[in-house]
Amino acid sequence: MTTRTDLVYLIALPLFSSAFLLLLGRIADKWGHFFATAISASTFGIGLYEFFAMRSRSGDFRAATQRIFEWISVGTFKVDASLLLDQLSICFVLLITGVGTLIHIYSIAYMSHDRDRRRFFAYLNLFIAAMLLLVLGDSYLNLYVGWEGVGLASYLLIGFWNERPAYATAAKKAFVANRVGDVGLSLAIMIAFTQFGSVTFSGVKDAALHASSAALTALGAMLLLAAAGKSAQFPLQSWLGDAMAGPTPVSALIHAATMVTAGVYLITRSNFIFDASSTARLLVVIVGAITLLFGAIVGTAKDDIKKALAASTMSQIGYMILATGLGPVGYAFAIMHLLTHGFFKASMFLGAGSVMHGMNDEVNMRRYGGLGKVMPITAVTFGLGYLAIIGVPPFAGFYSKDKIIETAFNAGGARGILLGGAALLGAAITAFYMTRVVVLTFTGQKRWADGTHPHESPSLMLIPIILLSVGSVASGFLLNKGNALVHWLAPVVDASGAEGGAELFKPIVVSALALGVVVLGVLTAVLKYRGTVPVEAPAGSPLTRFARRDLGQDDFNHRVLVLPGRAITKSLVGMDFHFVDGIVRAVGWTLSYLSLSLKKVQNGYVRSYALLMTIGAIALLATIWLVTL
Amino acid sequence: MSLVTVLELTPLISAVLLYAIPKGNTKLIKQAAIALSVVALGISGLIAYRFDTNATGMQFVESHNWISNFGIKYAVGIDGLALVLILLTTILTPIVLLAGWNEAEGGRWSVRTFYVLMLILESSMIAVFAATDVFLFYVIFEAMLIPVYLLIGGYGRGERAAAAMKFLLYSLLGGLLMLAAVIGIYIISTNQIGGTFETAKLATLHIDSLTENCLFLGFFIAFAIKAPLWPFHTWLPGAAKSATPATSVLLLGVLDKVGTYGMIRFCITLFPHATKTFTPLIIVLSIISILYGAFLAIGQRDINGLIAFTSISHFGFIVLGIFSMTSQGLSGATLYMVNHGFSTAALFLVAGWMVARRNSSQIEDFGGLQRITPVMAWSFFIAGMSALALPGISSFVSEFLVLVGTFTRYPVAAIFGTTGIVLAALYVLITVQRSLHGPAAPGNEGISDLNLREKIAIAPVIALLVIMGFFPKPVLDWINPSSTATMQAAGYSDPLPKAGK
Repeated sequence: MTTRTDLVYLIALPLFSSAFLLLLGRIADKWGHFFATAISASTFGIGLYEFFAMRSRSGDFRAATQRIFEWISVGTFKVDASLLLDQLSICFVLLITGVGTLIHIYSIAYMSHDRDRRRFFAYLNLFIAAMLLLVLGDSYLNLYVGWEGVGLASYLLIGFWNERPAYATAAKKAFVANRVGDVGLSLAIMIAFTQFGSVTFSGVKDAALHASSAALTALGAMLLLAAAGKSAQFPLQSWLGDAMAGPTPVSALIHAATMVTAGVYLITRSNFIFDASSTARLLVVIVGAITLLFGAIVGTAKDDIKKALAASTMSQIGYMILATGLGPVGYAFAIMHLLTHGFFKASMFLGAGSVMHGMNDEVNMRRYGGLGKVMPITAVTFGLGYLAIIGVPPFAGFYSKDKIIETAFNAGGARGILLGGAALLGAAITAFYMTRVVVLTFTGQKRWADGTHPHESPSLMLIPIILLSVGSVASGFLLNKGNALVHWLAPVVDASGAEGGAELFKPIVVSALALGVVVLGVLTAVLKYRGTVPVEAPAGSPLTRFARRDLGQDDFNHRVLVLPGRAITKSLVGMDFHFVDGIVRAVGWTLSYLSLSLKKVQNGYVRSYALLMTIGAIALLATIWLVTL
Repeated sequence: MSLVTVLELTPLISAVLLYAIPKGNTKLIKQAAIALSVVALGISGLIAYRFDTNATGMQFVESHNWISNFGIKYAVGIDGLALVLILLTTILTPIVLLAGWNEAEGGRWSVRTFYVLMLILESSMIAVFAATDVFLFYVIFEAMLIPVYLLIGGYGRGERAAAAMKFLLYSLLGGLLMLAAVIGIYIISTNQIGGTFETAKLATLHIDSLTENCLFLGFFIAFAIKAPLWPFHTWLPGAAKSATPATSVLLLGVLDKVGTYGMIRFCITLFPHATKTFTPLIIVLSIISILYGAFLAIGQRDINGLIAFTSISHFGFIVLGIFSMTSQGLSGATLYMVNHGFSTAALFLVAGWMVARRNSSQIEDFGGLQRITPVMAWSFFIAGMSALALPGISSFVSEFLVLVGTFTRYPVAAIFGTTGIVLAALYVLITVQRSLHGPAAPGNEGISDLNLREKIAIAPVIALLVIMGFFPKPVLDWINPSSTATMQAAGYSDPLPKAGK
């Protein structure tokens, strides 16, 4: 462990830049976006430097800490504002600042016509700062500040165009759903303090060895609830689709590559809790498996390109969550998929933004078609991302997703077959819906609305996409080469004592199976969508309609939460007036009818009151005098 | 003379000085009142500077016989608990005087009277937190109602007379109960140690449990009305809707804290056994307050009514923290009193400016203010983030301390309390959406943004909300010794971690 004094700049730079741009106001309109981009790029520079410095140190000295100041100290509850940069957090630092900077650059062009571009960039910087705090905090409470901080940034960015009521509602929905998850994180911290007397990662890790299994399971369940809120996992997934109301670069950065993966970070960071509680792990894999299928099914039915990609994000994070629940071997694979997903999903989202940019902000894929010819670069880069996500070798997703499917099968017994089967089925559906997106958007006939003149986007937008698609191609290979990431993360997730488990299938068999179902999914989609595609969505089967409605998630929430909530509010408002205050009024009236003197109180105002007070004081003195006689 | 006495007298003398200015010269009256309240702020700053964080017990003590036959004394002194509440008073007073520049116009009495009443209120609030003699405390506790009553009834809006009367009658009821309890404990003291009203001596009495329970309730109900705790809260929304913003800030932000302050200073310290007996009931009431206040806030259409019900919810957190009887809960609750003061101040002041500009306090009449008045909208938004206790803003620290402290002793209560954070997100964000987002509502187009005076008034509040979110240490350093002393007096110590190293 190395002690440092300069880690804080990683967070301080974007934080102050954000405040600076917001406080300066319109004065900074001309250059605010360049300033924010430069700040973001400099954090990436620091991140790179830290990475290479860390790599050059030997294992025991790689992790570094900085105590910034004493934050809260009451009794034994002592929390410092402290940072921890270790092998796990550096992965996130590079992802956040790297992808973040590319998205800053992209946004300079994408938001060039928006009158509030400076404010947009201030929010992006705020997000970078909060997300870095989330992954650098050395305690659950520091993490919590970043955790809600990214929630705030997400709220501000989803509602960036909040003069449209639907967008403002989407922002609010995201915040509230996240708050439900935050209840989990709050309670987890309280459990940790009550049980272990500490809320730092290292303190909890040390004490967890002596903890009761009930406490560990409760803690794990609460952390999972938190992860489900932030990472749009079942049953708190409903906000992510609506969050696509935000500008597309935001969807790429926050709602695909970084923030929504924070739940995976949280569980990986808390590996010592989940390693010690098989019940908590079981809950994790159930949530992961349900969500990966849920998202994939919803993805097949969406005509809105951003919502299709959002459903896909939910599904891919389901894979990551599943992996984190598979025991010590799974964490590194979860992080690997998280990193590769960061590249290919961000690249595809930015590609979707590029398409929308050329299509007058049209998002309906039924209005696309044949765009490959007019937007060749966008189409090719999107295609590379596509090959990565469906898991074609040697693209990035092949390495990371295969590992998860393999590990799931190896979970043992019926559980292994179920989880592996779910992951395999998810891969098939992923291949189907992603092929559908590509076919509908880039191939076939033009179904453009009148007055649409699609064109390739400016190079400021294309360069970030191209760089990200390089990652879609190569990142999986590089991370997997010689088990590089697994070894790198080993000190954090402590997979040393882990049994690999009996192999159900040989890796090559799993790969073959996965490839087989992917080919099946691709062919089905090609056959289904290669002909004419109606501009209006056909009625579809009941199942399709159900999937379009996000498998009824909003109807469910409306009936089970919103309507009863409104009923409670309404009845309490009525009760407060008629019953609680009613009693008060009744007492008042009764007294005023019974007593003339009280009427005088009500009429005589202060004089009477002062008199009464005097009488009271005199009575007091008289009593005292009587007593002391 | 103790600096605390000097501080008590400063606003009173200031009020007298205002009479030297002609009634018609309202501008000078306002400027003088603000300047003089800044002097009081300076003196309180000096007290804070000289305050010894390592000392136990009261500091800046001063004691004179007042009515010596009955052992009544003018006795003052402050510990960390009193210090932070006094600082809250002296910081907020100049701010609300500046913010409420035009509030006194159109009142029943003159502008000068408004400022005189505000300064008298400031003086009595300082005195009530500094009093260490129970009789003195009681007298000020009652006397301070008069300026508030006149401020609501004379300068308020809408049904101001009715609201002022309701406030007064409620307080009167509480005051009478407390009076009975004060008499009771005095009688007991005469039998045991010779008649006295000194808090420290009264704490040493041996009281049989039935009497102790009755005396406890006498104090507690008076404080629960003031705080206000469910079901004694129904005077608050009316008062908040009718009072001017400046009055509301001092009433909800500071004066109501006398209730929660009194619970710590008198209920727990004087009646530790009764405290144990009633703790389960009080914890239930505070949980009801948290959730009930939050649901009612969601259901409000009036923006001031909304703020009132959020306060009822937040007072629930404060009372929960106090009676959790853990150092985190007590310190968190005390810090919460301060943070709630600033947070409520921000909400009431900005809401007041919005109401004055739009000439309506109905939330549905606002809309789209984000684009029309960005500075005002941002101020309201940050105040809202403080109300929902966003980490990084001061309320988070206190709310989390209350919850974590409660959890160590009463996990179920803490779980219920924690669900309040979802409701808080709802009441804040629904209001933010209705008033700031969406297209500009009809009648909002020409609304002007905050002027320089208003910006100067709100800036320090927002700065404090943010700074104390990251750096609550100085305030906690003042508060922690008081919490420890209170817990010792009540015979409690923090629960130990279940799985140690």
